[in-house]
Amino acid sequence: MAKEALFGKTLGELTEIVQQLGLPKFTAKQLADWLYKKDISSIEQMTNLSKKARTLLDEKYEIGLSAHIDVQTSKDGTKKYLYPTIYGKFIEAAYIPDDQRATLCVSSQVGCKMGCLFCMTGKQGFQGQLTSGEIINQIKSLPEREKLTNIVYMGMGEPFDNLTNVMNSLEVLTSDYGFGMSPRRITVSSIGILPSLKTFMDKSECHLAISLHSPFDEERKKLMPIQHVYPIKEVIKLLKSYDFSGQRRVSFEYIMFEGVNDTPQHVKELTRLLNGLKCRMNLIRFHAIPDTPLEGSPDSTIEEFKDALNAKGITTTIRRSRGMDIFAACGMLSTKKLLDEENKDF
Amino acid sequence: MDNELRLVRLTSNTEIADGVFVITFKRDFEFTAGQVIGISIEDNTNNNMPRLYSIASGEDEAQVTILFNIKDDGWLTPQLATYKAGDAIYITAPSGSFVNTNEPAHWIAAGTGIAPFRSMLRSGLTTPKTLIQGGRFKNSFYFEDEFKVHNQLKYIRCCSQENDAELYSGRLTVYLKEQSSLPSDQKYYLCGSPEMVVEVRDILISKHIPYENIIAEIYF
Repeated sequence: MAKEALFGKTLGELTEIVQQLGLPKFTAKQLADWLYKKDISSIEQMTNLSKKARTLLDEKYEIGLSAHIDVQTSKDGTKKYLYPTIYGKFIEAAYIPDDQRATLCVSSQVGCKMGCLFCMTGKQGFQGQLTSGEIINQIKSLPEREKLTNIVYMGMGEPFDNLTNVMNSLEVLTSDYGFGMSPRRITVSSIGILPSLKTFMDKSECHLAISLHSPFDEERKKLMPIQHVYPIKEVIKLLKSYDFSGQRRVSFEYIMFEGVNDTPQHVKELTRLLNGLKCRMNLIRFHAIPDTPLEGSPDSTIEEFKDALNAKGITTTIRRSRGMDIFAACGMLSTKKLLDEENKDF
Repeated sequence: MDNELRLVRLTSNTEIADGVFVITFKRDFEFTAGQVIGISIEDNTNNNMPRLYSIASGEDEAQVTILFNIKDDGWLTPQLATYKAGDAIYITAPSGSFVNTNEPAHWIAAGTGIAPFRSMLRSGLTTPKTLIQGGRFKNSFYFEDEFKVHNQLKYIRCCSQENDAELYSGRLTVYLKEQSSLPSDQKYYLCGSPEMVVEVRDILISKHIPYENIIAEIYF
């Protein structure tokens, strides 16, 4: 029987494990120290644990770290790492260095269920949830880990469709017993699954990014099927019940599609929709994917759109596209080649 | 949408195919065919969020019908499958806008994705529809007896792993690729797994169906 990974467990989960093994409760804190503050590859290296404790742990558990198995480097310095998962699948993480910042874009699922019209990850369907350990492994096993300043949950998958594992990973990343990162250095991006969004807002202090892409109900449904069940107006209504006047930030992602969502009517409706909510808008150039009916807006249109939103009081920037030559840019991550034809039900 | 959970008691739970179940409970709310409800077996959302299921019964029926299959790694369906008449479950109010129009349209479904179309059928069809249903085996076409006899419905079943004179032999994606005259002015309603929906959507777009006419409901 395969051993269970310890890496990624919260302190509460580690405490349960040591108590089940009949070990002292403080062993959980020692485990967390070894897992999250030191670099070890085996339980045997946990030298401040008794020999008995190490033996008991080793019978059922392993550390559970996985090094990347491939890396592609863009001419702009962006790197795309391929990591294996426990169940033989693969995920991608994008490392994006930029002057004083170094951001890692991590995946939260293998594939995605959301089926957004413009996203490459959605085209591979859904192949599995990542554990908390598999999410944090993308950070811990990153060769450039020491340079990282920011983490964004914007890789493969919809984080709020894997809420428990994502919340556990955030706890480990931001807790004193874990990596001790400021939640202000972490942004979780979602299309707005309402029940999970509420949990995230109540239980985490990390930043939030919402994929908006259209303020109009019918139009957003055609781009993002999720709009049928969780309309963006309901998402914004929920967000308006929270206080963003402090350091916590909410931003909106808006991919610009020519002739679809880049008109003055969209500026007007976005302004109306976001009225009263302190937020930022990130405009994103569309990176064309195979078989898409959509085209990206011209740069001049994006600039005008940005200026119009800023004039309306919505702080708006244009996100620089990074890693396009290695398909590491927004919406381009995919490991579709591994989809098992035999498991299709259609 | 209202995520408040409230208790209802099952009136039946029937396994209609291997690992595929139909539960019913008394209807005491209004809904529009095609809408979903959240279902849980816990009275709170502390540990698990309710899962969304399309209602499979008609708008005026006394009983609400839900179709589900067991997800081995799921927290809900393995337990729900063991529930019996009289057992309590928790539901949210109906919501969602994957709803029918009074125009000719194509419905495309696989697996339990047939549920909203059964609801639409049982709520009354006033214009012709074409239903293309995909399944692996001959018993994968849930509710086929109801669809077969409806005179407003052109019904095509695509079976990928068994042959039968009444069925198209092959995946529904292959069937769609073979079609040379899909009407581009009709709406195409897609419901099923993410893999099915994105693959079918790509095929329809390649056949010059405007993406504006493709309406997708994805199970997650």
